[in-house]
Amino acid sequence: MELLSGADMITHFLADEGVEHIYGYPGGAALHIYDALFRQDKVQHILVRHEQAAVHMADGYARATGKAGVVLVTSGPGATNTITGIATAFTDSIPLVVLCGQVPSTLIGEDAFQETDMMGVSRPVVKHNMAIRHPSEIPDVLKKAFYIAQSGRPGPVVVDIPKDMTAPNERFEYEYPSKVKLRSYTPPMRGHSGQIRKAAEMLLNAKRPVIYAGGGVIIGGASAQLIKLVDRLNYPVTCTLMGLGAYPGTGKNSLGMLGMHGSVEANQAMHNADLVISIGARFDDRVTNGTDKFCPGARIIHIDIDPANISKTIKVDVPIVGPVGSVLNDMHAIFDELAGQPDQDALASWWKEIDQWRARHGGRYEPSTQDCIKPQHVVEVLHKVTKGDAFVTSDVGQHQMFAAQYYKFNKPNRWINSGGLGTMGFGLPAAMGIKLTHPDEEVVCVTGEGSIQMNIQELSTCKQYGLPLKVVLLNNEALGMVKQWQDMNYESRHSHSYMGSLPDFTKLVESYGHVGLTVRKLDELESTLEKAFAMKDELVFINVYVDPAEHVYPMQIARGSMNDMWLNKTERT
Amino acid sequence: MRRIISVLLENEPGALSRVVGLFSQRNYNIESLTVAPTEDASLSRLTVTTSGSDKVIEQITKQLNKLIEVVKLVDLTEGAHIERELMMVKLKAVGSQRGEVKRTVDIYRGQIVDVTNSVYTVQVAGNSDKLDAFIKSIAEGSVLEVVRSGVSGIARGEKVLSL
Ligand SMILES: Cc1ncc(C[n+]2csc(CCOP(=O)(O)OP(=O)(O)O)c2C)c(N)n1
Ligand SMILES: [Mg+2]
Repeated sequence: MELLSGADMITHFLADEGVEHIYGYPGGAALHIYDALFRQDKVQHILVRHEQAAVHMADGYARATGKAGVVLVTSGPGATNTITGIATAFTDSIPLVVLCGQVPSTLIGEDAFQETDMMGVSRPVVKHNMAIRHPSEIPDVLKKAFYIAQSGRPGPVVVDIPKDMTAPNERFEYEYPSKVKLRSYTPPMRGHSGQIRKAAEMLLNAKRPVIYAGGGVIIGGASAQLIKLVDRLNYPVTCTLMGLGAYPGTGKNSLGMLGMHGSVEANQAMHNADLVISIGARFDDRVTNGTDKFCPGARIIHIDIDPANISKTIKVDVPIVGPVGSVLNDMHAIFDELAGQPDQDALASWWKEIDQWRARHGGRYEPSTQDCIKPQHVVEVLHKVTKGDAFVTSDVGQHQMFAAQYYKFNKPNRWINSGGLGTMGFGLPAAMGIKLTHPDEEVVCVTGEGSIQMNIQELSTCKQYGLPLKVVLLNNEALGMVKQWQDMNYESRHSHSYMGSLPDFTKLVESYGHVGLTVRKLDELESTLEKAFAMKDELVFINVYVDPAEHVYPMQIARGSMNDMWLNKTERT
Repeated sequence: MRRIISVLLENEPGALSRVVGLFSQRNYNIESLTVAPTEDASLSRLTVTTSGSDKVIEQITKQLNKLIEVVKLVDLTEGAHIERELMMVKLKAVGSQRGEVKRTVDIYRGQIVDVTNSVYTVQVAGNSDKLDAFIKSIAEGSVLEVVRSGVSGIARGEKVLSL
């Protein structure tokens, strides 16, 4: 055992926990910890330009790897600046450990300089938060924080660290705790075998089945088990915005995404199904549309690690609470034993019906012309240039939906977006967190000129740490998604959705020390992207001017059933 | 439907605010809330009375269970149980009122626990309906102050809520 100060315990713990990078920003209450960081070389600290970005960076890393991302900030404004990032991770069940400095415990409650009640402020947007009350607790509290963040349904954990807990001259015994004790927290490890058997039998008896897979499959690392299920039954599968890549987007059984901007075949299949199995998805309102009209003829099986997700918005027939991977393994074992096969005639006619919906896919768009590039087309060219194999992050808006619809993700953990909270400003820092830890992979941020300006200062961080990611800006010179809603619901009164006074992005990017390219003409598109991706060691920012009048389709008609959709500006289902 | 949910909670700073925060965040309703330590110093026992559809109640219990500091909980209203609430009331008591108040207190098996020339302080215990009925039976205008503890509850028989 060593004698260490609280600050040194933190850095030693992080190293012992296997943390390679932390993302943060210093300030008074965190300075003892920053000094401890300076005196070691196992944990690399990345200095961002705004604390929100530190959290999104940690989040991007966590989404790509499944491990908790770690953030360090000071008290007061440093801590409150993390809130949007924490809420983003919370909504999408992403594991984070956020270490926040706090004023010395002797000053808490006295409105001290840079004091905010971070425990109170963060409470509604964390899986858990904890305050350090004695330096000797640090190893145990941090171990609990990592355990809680990464187990069960993952989520962010905040640790509030008063400055006196890290004082350099008070030393305590440090030992890395290999185990955690938490009598009040026992995440489920296995699903109920009787329920799994029942689900397996229902699946074999279905005539019009749909597999509806969500982000839980990706977080739970259960993509292989999902693919095996789809292949074994030859059933159609649709992925949520958070689940894209869980089953290959170009796979033959893929119906693409479902929900508000889902494909016609996915939403039609759901609506007409006699059995829906939801795997790691939570019947979000952006999926179900009007809950009273949801899947009227279907019995529903729901696999979820969080019991509170069961029958929260949609009443289900067979709930199975457990980690998706283990539940699917158990289900495969039951299938092996049952050895039955689904009704092949029924399945063939179900596929025929689905293929007809596919044939009149509403997601098609008018072709680009030399002077008017369609944003969807840009994503398709991006897919081609990156061979469909890049990590793609996005911000929020039309560009996000186009990326989700047209970049066919064939692997899990490659599509990284803020699906639940819809946080503009997420894309660039998330891409940075991925590029830092995946230097040999292509990492692209697909963004809008509105979103990118919410964290554009991070281009400076990219320069400092040499992060040669690519940014593809679908520049429609508008808050496009807002404008689309105004076109559809407010007689095109474009109230504050026009982005006047846009910067010259090329010059802006160059001033940060990166390469900026601009595309206005169709014949420049592919060659410019090729050129950008050929510059392996440069961050290249490609500003592509796209059709400002384009809308995202299909689009569900609010409060209708899943298959009530606009297919384009004039046609609906 | 009205429900009484009993919770064993880690006796830690902030745990109570998490429970209360959950109710306001998710728009659940709290009719009463009591909390105090148990014989095990590391645990608090919290009783919350709430109401809502079955779906809402199911969510309340599940969301409470998700809080890391919630060790165990039970919906007492699912089985036979005993509920009690303590009320203290200051009542105007002058002249003929004094005898009348005394009689009413006796009927409700309450006790007069403090007396002045013009005021009785009365203590009544029982389930919430009984306390409501007591207040109703006092002549209008005589009630000066009411304080109620909120409901505490326990299951009947051999069932216990413990670790
Ligand atoms: C932080 C934040 N503020 C506001 C919104 C609401 N919002 C959703 S999409 C959008 C427009 C985004 O514009 P842009 O980034 O240019 O993307 P586009 O839709 O034009 O592709 C807005 C304002 C949001 N999602 N996040
Ligand atoms: Mg835009």
